[in-house]
Amino acid sequence: MNLFLDAIAWLFSPERLEGANALPVRIGEHLYYTFVSLLVSAVIAIPLGYYIGHTRKGREVAVALSGAARALPSLGLLTVMALLLGPARADVAAIIVFVVLGVPSVLAGAYAGVQSVDPKTVDAARAMGMTEWQILMKVEIPIGLPLLIGGLRSAALQIVATATLAAYVGLGGLGIYIFTAIPLRQYDVMLGAALVIVALALLLDALFAVLERLATPRGVLAAKHRNISARPNRARETVEPSRA
Amino acid sequence: MFTATTSSARPKRLALSAIALSAVLGIAGCSQSNPLEPRPGATGDGETIVVGSQAYYSNEIIAELYAQVLENAGFTVERRYQIGQRDAYWPALENGEVDVFPEYTGNLLQFLDPDSSGTDPDTVYQQLTDALPDGLTALDRADAQDADSYNVTQEFSDEHDVTSLADLAGVDVPIILGGNPELAERPYGPDGLLETYGVEVSFTAIGDSGGPLTKAALESGEITMGDVYSADPDIATSGFVTLDDPEGLFLAQNVVPIVSQDLADQIADLLNEVNALLTTDELIRLNGLSTTEQQSSKQIAEDWLRDNNLID
Repeated sequence: MNLFLDAIAWLFSPERLEGANALPVRIGEHLYYTFVSLLVSAVIAIPLGYYIGHTRKGREVAVALSGAARALPSLGLLTVMALLLGPARADVAAIIVFVVLGVPSVLAGAYAGVQSVDPKTVDAARAMGMTEWQILMKVEIPIGLPLLIGGLRSAALQIVATATLAAYVGLGGLGIYIFTAIPLRQYDVMLGAALVIVALALLLDALFAVLERLATPRGVLAAKHRNISARPNRARETVEPSRA
Repeated sequence: MFTATTSSARPKRLALSAIALSAVLGIAGCSQSNPLEPRPGATGDGETIVVGSQAYYSNEIIAELYAQVLENAGFTVERRYQIGQRDAYWPALENGEVDVFPEYTGNLLQFLDPDSSGTDPDTVYQQLTDALPDGLTALDRADAQDADSYNVTQEFSDEHDVTSLADLAGVDVPIILGGNPELAERPYGPDGLLETYGVEVSFTAIGDSGGPLTKAALESGEITMGDVYSADPDIATSGFVTLDDPEGLFLAQNVVPIVSQDLADQIADLLNEVNALLTTDELIRLNGLSTTEQQSSKQIAEDWLRDNNLID
């Protein structure tokens, strides 16, 4: 428990706001790598996921490839990429590594969202004379949006945790505290920095949870509620007599 | 025709799976030597001597030198190499699970006594023997050192006429020091440079302990000066210039075996003979056999010990 107190004391010490290793600067770097990587992952994976989900083509290949890419050890990949691209472009190397980590989740969210739409709904849209493009834009994407955001949510969590590695190639971020503290056995610093990363992860998670809620189309919500109210509610039956 | 192919394909497949299976068993066999798992009977009971090493190829070569000399003298040796860094292996050494470990005087002293002050080989060695906990003892130190050292490119050295850390004070371009993140807080890091030599540097953290990333950053000019271990054969092959340290900013890092007290009398002469011959140049040469010739530590150690008539 003392260690937690030490870590918190380290976090809130006024020195954290000073010098080259100021905490706000490192948090900024950490979030910068997280958001850029998430954005690039989204730009790559969302169109691809929609294509796979709508045409139902190439799913196995895409899943196998992106799943295999995710199995690459990030630290090893980062070292190789940084050596290939040269130290001057270590930031590009780091973002590639984080994108490799983020793409599978976003891809899965995108195609699962489109595929989750009831085929009867798609057939109905087609029968109404919608073009394939209209079906995608007006039916499949809106209904599948919560699943896509779920995919972005898990990608964001993985990237924000792994962005710690950026410090290994001289890019800063919150990992700098952890990499510095391990050989010096400063456990309060390690824990303090880890707590900041956890807080960022929880914050991002909460943000995406809210977005997921907001993105659920009203029709889908209404259908869910109707289903629930249509089910016989046993709990109420057992509670009410005892109250009376 | 078909039956012929299938029947000939089947034994092939069988053979393949047999190979795969034996490979898996072989790997499983290796994995049983979990370095952190305590095993009864392997702890300094006079029958088996456990030799450990850091997760650092050069340290493993030195450990192998000790191991083979001990084996040659009739001891049974168990090797537990690549046990991480000091945090991971020091407890095993303290509680007797590992009996012999090649160490570096300066870094070990810093680990045991962060406030120690000496930097030259003899003072550091003396302070280290005082700082060691009961049950452990340091045998003779070797001349060989594997210390932090600051390196610049040949071009930088020529252009600014710099061969020593003291020369850096006169350089009129900004100096960026690159090294492991913790270097920022080491006594010989940026603060030490300013205090001892009056040199102001900015710092870039590169986490591979003077490995390929640090060297690439130095070559490309991302950093001006890189922290590379002095026994790294790449310093010479890459044409880096190691800056002299006239004021003794860096701690001496002589190779020294740390051994269990109960074993010290029996094995001191054997290991001291090895250390008497181990110089920094020899260590660089041994390291080079590993990095450029890809030889195993076993091979490197055996050849060296034979050449020096330390084993028969």
